[in-house]
Amino acid sequence: MDFDKELDARGLNCPLPILRCKKALAEITDGQVLKVMATDPGSVKDFQAFCKQTGHELLSLETQEKEFIFHIRKQIKS
Amino acid sequence: MSKKLALIASKGTLDWAYPPFILASTAAALDYEVQIFFTFYGLTLLKKDISDLKVSPLGNPGMPMPVPMPNLLQMIPGMELMATMMMKQKIANKGVASIEALRTACLESGVKLIACQMTVDLFDFKPEDFVEGIEFGGAATFFEFAGESDVNLFI
Repeated sequence: MDFDKELDARGLNCPLPILRCKKALAEITDGQVLKVMATDPGSVKDFQAFCKQTGHELLSLETQEKEFIFHIRKQIKS
Repeated sequence: MSKKLALIASKGTLDWAYPPFILASTAAALDYEVQIFFTFYGLTLLKKDISDLKVSPLGNPGMPMPVPMPNLLQMIPGMELMATMMMKQKIANKGVASIEALRTACLESGVKLIACQMTVDLFDFKPEDFVEGIEFGGAATFFEFAGESDVNLFI
């Protein structure tokens, strides 16, 4: 999947992946896609909850061995 | 309008420093407006240098220990220091953020940190003892925000 920015949150534990993701989203423009790589098993639920509450769109969630890859589209504020 | 989270941080040990800063920084990332009111021992968490926060296994039978030992033995001099060193090692190994980093994240994301003025007076702290960017206030200050908050927690 195409993306505009990549965030490597591997090895980080709660709540760092979410905090870094929030920061990374602030650095892209509305509608762009952020790819996040994480190893924290808790991040699967956390990223779903984060997107649900903030309005950003979780495009995909893949599990590759012990890594989790998220694609998040930044909310377009009308 | 954004949701609001009001926390009271009342404990000043390394372990109990985590919940308020984790919740506050995460809530800020979720676009909450957040205030933490630091009172009594929690005030320690606002000092400029928080590298000396400690954790004590004494009186804390719930703390996982590498070797089982009677709680009474935890009072031996040096045990607190050892437990603190081991905890810090674990924190670093597991990719858990330091308290300093979480506090900075809170300040950067606009979390309002309020020092309880009464406790400042009680313990003879000076304003210059504290990290920059905090405010001072009393119980009424807390309620001004807490009264209209969606989530209120005492930690």
